[in-house]
Amino acid sequence: MTAEEPTPYPFPDSDHPGMGWLDASGEHAEIVLSTRVRLARNLQGHPFGPRAGDENRLAVLERVQSALSRVSSLAGAQVTQVGTLEPRTRRLLLERRLASRELVGENGRTPGKGTALIIGPDRSLSVMVNEEDHLRLQTLFSGLRIHEAWNILDTADEELGQQIPYAFHPEFGFLTSCPTNVGSGLRASVLLHLPALVLTKEIGKVLQGLTQVGLTFRGLYGEGSEVVGNFFQLSNQTTLGKSEEDLVDHLDRIVRQVIQYETQARKVLLRDAASVTEDKIWRAYGLLRYARSLSFEELMNLLSGVRLGAALKLLPGLRVYPLNKIMIFTQPAHLEEAAGRELSPSESDAHRAAYVRRILASEGVVSPDNGSSEGSSSPDATG
Amino acid sequence: MVCENCGSADAVMHLTQIVDNEMRSLHLCEKCAAEKGVEGTSVPENFPLTDFLAQMGKEGSSGTAVQRAGSCSFCGLTFKEFREVGRLGCPHCWTSFEGHLRSLVRRIHGSSQHVGKVYLSPDPSVSEREKRLEGLRRKLKRAVEMEDFERAAELRDEIRDMEPVT
Repeated sequence: MTAEEPTPYPFPDSDHPGMGWLDASGEHAEIVLSTRVRLARNLQGHPFGPRAGDENRLAVLERVQSALSRVSSLAGAQVTQVGTLEPRTRRLLLERRLASRELVGENGRTPGKGTALIIGPDRSLSVMVNEEDHLRLQTLFSGLRIHEAWNILDTADEELGQQIPYAFHPEFGFLTSCPTNVGSGLRASVLLHLPALVLTKEIGKVLQGLTQVGLTFRGLYGEGSEVVGNFFQLSNQTTLGKSEEDLVDHLDRIVRQVIQYETQARKVLLRDAASVTEDKIWRAYGLLRYARSLSFEELMNLLSGVRLGAALKLLPGLRVYPLNKIMIFTQPAHLEEAAGRELSPSESDAHRAAYVRRILASEGVVSPDNGSSEGSSSPDATG
Repeated sequence: MVCENCGSADAVMHLTQIVDNEMRSLHLCEKCAAEKGVEGTSVPENFPLTDFLAQMGKEGSSGTAVQRAGSCSFCGLTFKEFREVGRLGCPHCWTSFEGHLRSLVRRIHGSSQHVGKVYLSPDPSVSEREKRLEGLRRKLKRAVEMEDFERAAELRDEIRDMEPVT
């Protein structure tokens, strides 16, 4: 097969609302990819998503749509009925973490009428309509910004709640379809890259500790997904019996502790295993820079090493932002969108490798050292 | 997926590890994960709500209690159906099955009393307003403690708008 270089990537950032969280601008962006906070809300007098017929689903959407102009952060929002989108476009939303599996229709099933995604003009706030709950308001930010994410969400929720009557119970709080979400309806989660804790085999203890303080962890794609590329999504386990502020404060405090552990583990790696670590990082970089075929899983594992290298400044000049972009834009639906057609798995792997090569080449980076350092921990020997 | 360690139980723990400089994924059952020190959550991440609910019906006389619980007067969902799918049918189900749900949420969350935001519907009663003010004052206090003065000013205005004019 001839090496095919796909056409230039058709995803300029400006065309893609809701992607600001990729830009690695937030606090601790070298470890924290993103912060997400979401609220589950339901309207009085309508059955929940799975049991609602078209008529009710459309009525819910209509009520929300008519309220948007009176919610400051949602005025002028873009409303997309998910069922009208091509299957590939729906998968794009999922791959960008803007929509859940349930919203885009599992296994390619077309979502019901009235299923919609609303993206606010400031692009960090979005609302899923007629998912499991009538409304899932969410904010997604780069880096660690739990309080800011919560405050924006809180304000939008207050304003929206004044326009449409929410289902609320004095004892149980905000009512939800699933009892695991009832009360505050709040789930705050932080996506952390923890390669050094995995390499130093400390991760088991850390995760065990998390579960003892009421947090839970998941893989990159949330509930039920596997951990790939050493990305761990930490979130609160319970939603009832604690105030929103307590839930958010608690997560923030624990995440900062985990960041400290990871930072310490990175120091240990550099101190006790500098040459092995350095070798691993450069090998990962070399493979990504030159490979002609990459599965997504292989990519994620290599990217984990390269991301660690960028954070430790072992790959001089390499920024975190392009690495974040690679993670998102090399997923199957994004590759097909770029190619403008369906891709077989082997084609997909080739396109993926080509995209990674192009991004890393355009980054310019990384001047390999001249080989005189003999495995020392100094990567920046002048060449 | 079965556990890669014992090959018999279902794998519930999925971990990416590095062994001999190679990344690999491990899929373990709860028991093997615990033995290897990668204990999961005490309530597992994929909280098997439906298993848990099915269990509820078997305890003591609650089987008949479930039948007595009947169906929701608004959407028609029966408690039996809820136990099977783990999802309620509509907001009114929370009233229809209040007793059952109270004990369920206590087991899930450790409490059944919401202490967060108090929702004020567009047409609130006096006591709702009071509760709501209480919540806002708590938020204001916290904002001041965190030195988030912009937020504190917003909350102060909101409280002033709600308080009766004296």
